[in-house]
Amino acid sequence: MAITRREFVRGGVAAFTISFAAPAFLSDLARAQGRSRRNLVVLYLSGGNDSLSMLIPYNDPEYRNRRPTIGIPAANVLQIGSDRSGVALGLHPRLSGLRSIFNAGRLAFIQRTGYQNSSRSHFEGTDIWSTGDPRSPQSNGWLGRYLDTLPLPVDPLTAWSTTGVIPRTLQSNHVGVPSIPSAQGYTFQSPNGGADNGFARDSATRIASHLPVDQPHLAFVNATAQGAFATLDRVIQVGTYAASVTYPNNGFGLALRTIAGAMVKGVGTKVFWVQTGGYDTHAAQNPNQANGSYTGLMTTLNDGVFAFYNDLLNQGLLNDTLVLQFSEFGRRINENGSQGTDHGAASVMMAMGGTVKGGIFGTAPNLRITPDNPTLENSGNDVHYETDFRSVYAKVVDSWLGGDSVPVLGGNFRGGAPEIL
Amino acid sequence: MQQRNEPRDRERVRHGEHVVEHLLRRAGFGAGQDEIDDYMELGLTAAVRQLLDYESVPDDVDSLIGTPGYVATTSNGAFSPRTVINDSRQRWLFRMVHSSRPLQEKMTLFWHNHFATAYSKVAGALGADEGARYMAAKPTEDPNQVLGQIELFRKYALGNFRDLLVAVAKDTAMLVWLDGRTNVKGKPQENFARELMELFTMGVDTFAETDVYAGARVFTGWNLTRPQNAYYTFSYVAGQHDTTAKEFTFPIYSNSSKVIPARAQDAGMQDGLDLINAVAAHPATGPRLARKLYQFFVSEVSQPDQGLIADLANTYYASKFEMKPVMERLLLSPQFTAAENRYARYSWPAEFVARSIKEVGWAGFSVNNALGPMSNMGQQLFEPPDVAGWDLGTNWFSSGAMLTRMNFASQLATNQRVNLRDLARGARQSPETLVSFMLDRLTAAPFAREPYQALLDYARAGGAWTGSDAQLLTKAAGLAHLIVGSGDYQLV
Repeated sequence: MAITRREFVRGGVAAFTISFAAPAFLSDLARAQGRSRRNLVVLYLSGGNDSLSMLIPYNDPEYRNRRPTIGIPAANVLQIGSDRSGVALGLHPRLSGLRSIFNAGRLAFIQRTGYQNSSRSHFEGTDIWSTGDPRSPQSNGWLGRYLDTLPLPVDPLTAWSTTGVIPRTLQSNHVGVPSIPSAQGYTFQSPNGGADNGFARDSATRIASHLPVDQPHLAFVNATAQGAFATLDRVIQVGTYAASVTYPNNGFGLALRTIAGAMVKGVGTKVFWVQTGGYDTHAAQNPNQANGSYTGLMTTLNDGVFAFYNDLLNQGLLNDTLVLQFSEFGRRINENGSQGTDHGAASVMMAMGGTVKGGIFGTAPNLRITPDNPTLENSGNDVHYETDFRSVYAKVVDSWLGGDSVPVLGGNFRGGAPEIL
Repeated sequence: MQQRNEPRDRERVRHGEHVVEHLLRRAGFGAGQDEIDDYMELGLTAAVRQLLDYESVPDDVDSLIGTPGYVATTSNGAFSPRTVINDSRQRWLFRMVHSSRPLQEKMTLFWHNHFATAYSKVAGALGADEGARYMAAKPTEDPNQVLGQIELFRKYALGNFRDLLVAVAKDTAMLVWLDGRTNVKGKPQENFARELMELFTMGVDTFAETDVYAGARVFTGWNLTRPQNAYYTFSYVAGQHDTTAKEFTFPIYSNSSKVIPARAQDAGMQDGLDLINAVAAHPATGPRLARKLYQFFVSEVSQPDQGLIADLANTYYASKFEMKPVMERLLLSPQFTAAENRYARYSWPAEFVARSIKEVGWAGFSVNNALGPMSNMGQQLFEPPDVAGWDLGTNWFSSGAMLTRMNFASQLATNQRVNLRDLARGARQSPETLVSFMLDRLTAAPFAREPYQALLDYARAGGAWTGSDAQLLTKAAGLAHLIVGSGDYQLV
């Protein structure tokens, strides 16, 4: 091959004239390169989402048998039709906004996503989903590896974490990712006003530019300060964003509002990270009660995502946006003694956006415990995966980000990918 | 070889001062000049022993809260750390700044991260006042002598780890946090049993899923009761206990038996004690604790010295899980004082904030003003993100968190500008003397030539040097901001 992928990306699609047997991803890449405003929003539900309370096989008789207290009655679910195996599915009653998006054809549910020998540990499970490497999840993140394929120099706002820490998913070799929970607080202050403030900023910027090779830990800390100085002025612009809708006044809603602001102000971010927690519902999750913790989780999720959707729709940015949701594992099928559920295996992923092919992908688990039931594992206690989560990542990298999923994911996981895009 | 800031090093001629400063940053939260002088008189070995034998030092720090000469607190109404979590946070920060038992506070922070329990869930279950109570109450101030979780960690700071595990398993906040109170016969609740093995002792991949299921059954009946509507306290409820035998994949008893035998329900509490003994003695636990201690006290940059890890683990097992001899070996090891291990840790926000208050000054400053910034730096005390504790090391540093640290430095320096001016009067001769004075006071790692020049240029910027009070008022605070906000200062 006479031209490397990096050169290709740097030169842009127009420069690509040499003919060779183009792998399938190149057409996607060409499309992606034409859409400079495209971005990906990764949405992490932390704690292990009990997806059987989110996307509910409400006619499965075992559903209510195994969840006599926390099972949601068929009459209460928001019906969205059936999957290809004929299982009727409904959404948690608080997900009315998501149902609207689903009905508009812009929301996809991917059932039973996971991997072989699913970890029941929050931390190992999160690392596996973050790295895309179930065998040794200590490497950089899958999106960090994608960022490493971008032509250098990479703009410091190419990725943006709305949480205080940089999630492993975005950890990369070459690209420093800023964490900016709120654009308003992202400013440089100093004890003295006037000209001295400028002197202080000059000095602090110079101190941060000291990256000694023999002290990598100091170089690392200084590089994060450098990242702050490199992004300050543009982020302040985002802080002036006036949203077209009212977002819920909670951390999740405000993070989504910040993301919409960054998009509208055109800062050029390709990958955003947002998360909302509390999904480790071992107790008192009762999704049927207003004060059950799962009810609150669904309310936060629905209201935030629906506001974000409407804002992007009003701003004409929905077609440039893909939201991809995951959690580190699903939960045990049987409820436990405390109206909760313990750690389980496969779960549901969601994809939302203007160009998403909405619908229900994959098949629901059959909740009946029999030795030959392939949809369950762990003696019928947990849901067994059907779609390898890395195939979803592959689809996103190849068809949305315009990358090549094979080196990013360390293998070809395109087979069996749901056609969500 | 990088050229270091020579003037600063010349001023610190006393032999071993760098080492004592290092000791106090690691086994404490940094030190003002008075404390450094006190510990210098002792010498390193005696200083370590005094830090370890903190029982011999009066524990009177809480009585200083609200008195002149110490960092201030701010509260709505009466200061009530027993019932208001914001006040509990302030009290702990106050102790970090002013305690005469710094290593006890440092170990308390270590255990808080190790057994990470979040106030919000306890408060969500039992109410805000009760949540603060079970997290932070002192027995001497509580009408029912409730020992809040953080006081438990303070009590066992350098105590017996096995005893600490038992106390944690019975701790009210923990029984709410990991849902142990809902773990009953026939409906086992796995949360506590899983984290006991994965996070508190042996570590991930050292046990099987079946061990989690068996462990959950072991702790059935470890519950809470509330006598006379007074307070929630541990109670073993025999009728909730699963009396059948529990089999594990690792030895539970010294005869290598892997089975906890079936027991009558009244005797069933012994199941949990047997399992705690087994996980404390498990061969993975000692090395894992040793590695965590190494990273917290020695270095996050270098790979742990395998010989030292083995030595610490052996001490742990030989002493039957006593932490004080382990910490004594660690602090007196050559690795602890090795030059390459100084400034080789990424400070936690609590360490950064407490140290900067101690070194910049506190007159008129309230620790309440540090709580919001600490949260934005990623560490709200009593609110770890999950049961694995905070993401440490490089994870503390992101652009937003670093900016928050810089802005906290600015806030503190602004607040202390008059005091800094007064202190700096003796160094008013030139920009060079002022920069040297500020670097010395703030015990940052030696600045390399380039960043040192950036500091000096800042001191010189804005007009000819006169050394006037007005100039000192601007530049001493400005330099404190730049130094405390520098990358160098984030390393301890």
